[in-house]
Amino acid sequence: MLRYALLRLLGAIPTLLLVIVLAFLMVHAAPGGPFDDERTLPPEIEANIARAYHLDEPLPAQFVRYLSGVLRGDLGPSYRYRDHTVSELIGNAFPLSLKLGAMAMLMALLIGIAAGSFAALRRNSAVDRLTMALSMTGISVPVFVIAPVMVLLFAVKLQWLPAGWSGNEGIARFVLPVISLALPQIAYIAKLTRASMIDVLASNFVRTARGQGLGAYAVIRYHALKPAMLPILSYMGPAIAAILTGSVVVEEVFGVPGLGQFFVRGALNRDYTLVLGIVIFYATLIVLLNLVVDILYGVIDPRIRQR
Amino acid sequence: MVCCAMLRDMKSFRYVLLVALGVTLVSCDKPVDSGAEVSTLHRGLSIDPESVDPHKSRSVQAAEVLRDIGEGLLSYSASGELVGGVAKEWTVSEDGLTYTFDLRDDARWSNGDAVTAEDFAFSFRRLADPDTAAFYAEMLGSIVNVRAIIAGEKAPQDIGVEAVDGRTLVITLDQPTPYLLSLLTSPSTFPVHPGSIAQHGDAFTRPGNLLSNGAYKLDAWEPGSVLRLSRNDYYWNNDETAIDAVNHHVLTQEMAELNRYRAGEIHVTGSVPPDSLQQIRSERPAELHIAPYLGVYYYGFNLTKPPFKGNPQLRAALSMAVDRDVLVEQITGRGEEPAYSWVPPGVDNYEPRRLSYADMSQDERNAHARRLIKEAGYGPDNPLQIELRYNTSDTQQRMALAIQAMWKEALGVETTLINEEFQVLLANTQAREVTQVFRSSWIGDYNDAHTFLNIMEAGNPANQPAYASEEYDSLMQRAAQQVDLDRRRLWLEEAERVLLADHPVIPLYFYVSKHLVSPEVVGWGDNVLDYHYSQHLSLVDH
Repeated sequence: MLRYALLRLLGAIPTLLLVIVLAFLMVHAAPGGPFDDERTLPPEIEANIARAYHLDEPLPAQFVRYLSGVLRGDLGPSYRYRDHTVSELIGNAFPLSLKLGAMAMLMALLIGIAAGSFAALRRNSAVDRLTMALSMTGISVPVFVIAPVMVLLFAVKLQWLPAGWSGNEGIARFVLPVISLALPQIAYIAKLTRASMIDVLASNFVRTARGQGLGAYAVIRYHALKPAMLPILSYMGPAIAAILTGSVVVEEVFGVPGLGQFFVRGALNRDYTLVLGIVIFYATLIVLLNLVVDILYGVIDPRIRQR
Repeated sequence: MVCCAMLRDMKSFRYVLLVALGVTLVSCDKPVDSGAEVSTLHRGLSIDPESVDPHKSRSVQAAEVLRDIGEGLLSYSASGELVGGVAKEWTVSEDGLTYTFDLRDDARWSNGDAVTAEDFAFSFRRLADPDTAAFYAEMLGSIVNVRAIIAGEKAPQDIGVEAVDGRTLVITLDQPTPYLLSLLTSPSTFPVHPGSIAQHGDAFTRPGNLLSNGAYKLDAWEPGSVLRLSRNDYYWNNDETAIDAVNHHVLTQEMAELNRYRAGEIHVTGSVPPDSLQQIRSERPAELHIAPYLGVYYYGFNLTKPPFKGNPQLRAALSMAVDRDVLVEQITGRGEEPAYSWVPPGVDNYEPRRLSYADMSQDERNAHARRLIKEAGYGPDNPLQIELRYNTSDTQQRMALAIQAMWKEALGVETTLINEEFQVLLANTQAREVTQVFRSSWIGDYNDAHTFLNIMEAGNPANQPAYASEEYDSLMQRAAQQVDLDRRRLWLEEAERVLLADHPVIPLYFYVSKHLVSPEVVGWGDNVLDYHYSQHLSLVDH
């Protein structure tokens, strides 16, 4: 088991290296540099800056310098946020994005599954049609429309919740961002659950249970829910991806200093180190998660281990 | 409901829920203990400063924060006049080459240390030092040896700045620089604390390490979110500082900032979204502050390549055919002034020259333009075909579309519009390979016409069109030698006249600063530099 894990880990290293090389090349291929600005600088000053940040060295030398830093755990200073290191920025931003994403995912699962199951039970009724119509709206209306509208309604007009992130404390400032992020996922999961639940409810063992006198809720609870969850599980991957990308918009609208915002800023500012740092971070995360999943499969199905 | 049923029975699920709730509750912050009455000003900032090291930052936003935590030899008063900052008095020699500054006895850093002349000398050396790689090193370029130091030909010690004693600083220039005092209000010339740098190295900018000599000190900085400042009790003018704490909120989206203002979470916005102006003008007109700003928005010509190389008539024709009134009324709509000059209005001791056709009607201008373009060899059977480049943005696009239409209608010119990402446009503009007409802008660094006129000197890095006129350069040289301010002004104005007649650029409009200021804020003064020191403001409950 341990051997299997170690082998997979070793196999991940070339992948990560490749990611770093590709990302490095792409970031430097984009026209413009981290210090370009409309206030163009005199050539001597540009030369001084290039020297200070090693941008005047040939690309391979810069790469080697960067890679040796990474291997020592040093992702370098941000070229744009000059008082902060990339590790620090990621260290502050990621837990926040994670929190938001996890809360959104949890909310999406709870409400989506409940709504979908309810709609499946009351199939073709007015409630069912309403739930599905709302789902359709949730899927079709983009996050960058929903979020500002909610701010206008709940923060500006009703003043129930804060309009932004900074300077506010407590759980209140999570509410609107989490809801904005969760809404499209609630909609998808509700639709998926409804369809899947309808299928399961039509199967023989359910009919048997009903025939034996079991109530509708008990049937779902004890018999139908677990099999109906399979499509939801498969959807988890794309759902997480959607939340990751959706978080960029939500972070911009609410001013949340999360990873998505820094990623976009970094790209626009040509902040090489920040962009590379976040790419490496995400890549490592994905590789590790894949590894964990693989190991879990190995645990569940011994046949895989022997391959 | 199904959900509740699940909760009741599925133990494992209950566990998960509990853990999730627990994580959520534990991780959210406790409410801040407000304690004693602390007045806090909340300001919107459109982007994080690059740094709070005055030598490592360049943006307007960084300057805004720096002006709260630092102070240079000079400063501006609440009414926009140049006043002493750390320097209480100064004298200038007859030839305008030697400035002697007397520093205040009570000027202190936030740890109680006195602010000394040596602190300034150290800081100016550091500004010029090539190893610091400061963006604005050239700002003090007229000080003896600074240019050589930047180029690595001399050591920073050779700078023409001397701390004669703890309270006296002498600056020697190699050419008269009447706007030097204005330059010395700029954050790049703020002092840094030498002991702090020796002790902490690069980490001297960390909140907790950073020493301020301004009205406030930096308590915390959450990148992407907020910078928290609080009163610097050692500041020499602390008694006049009304507000105890300032939070600069980083709000990159104008709409989001507006919503926070409307929700009462910030007192001052850094900007105003153009699409909301109508609504704001009807909702809260008294809170909207729009004022002229030292900036010009223009279209530049690439003068190194045809068709605009050596073709001033063609350039003039295109400039004439633009109806600037339409642009500022219909497209930007924020109260900008159409630009018929290069230097914006409101600059100290200066009267901008105007394009010769500034007072004509648009029809008259179009008629003249048609004549000129015909002389340049273009007509209905040989229409001028050019490319116009601008950076991706709604307003830029509308501007470009409008001008494309104006040129087509008046002159039959066929313009291809190319929008590019901002950095790409910059790179192309500098390279001068593919550009013909390009969008650009320039914001003044100090309140003197020189900051606009000098960028058009041959070889200046910000000279996007690559304008090179011997007449212009020699006029600028004459102006630079003048100690007498009135004589200097005449040379500068003549230079602008020459520039405008040559049409290396099409000035379109002059910028305005736009802010929403809450009625709770007292002391906000609109000024052409858009400097708003928090120490001049106070808060009232209303």
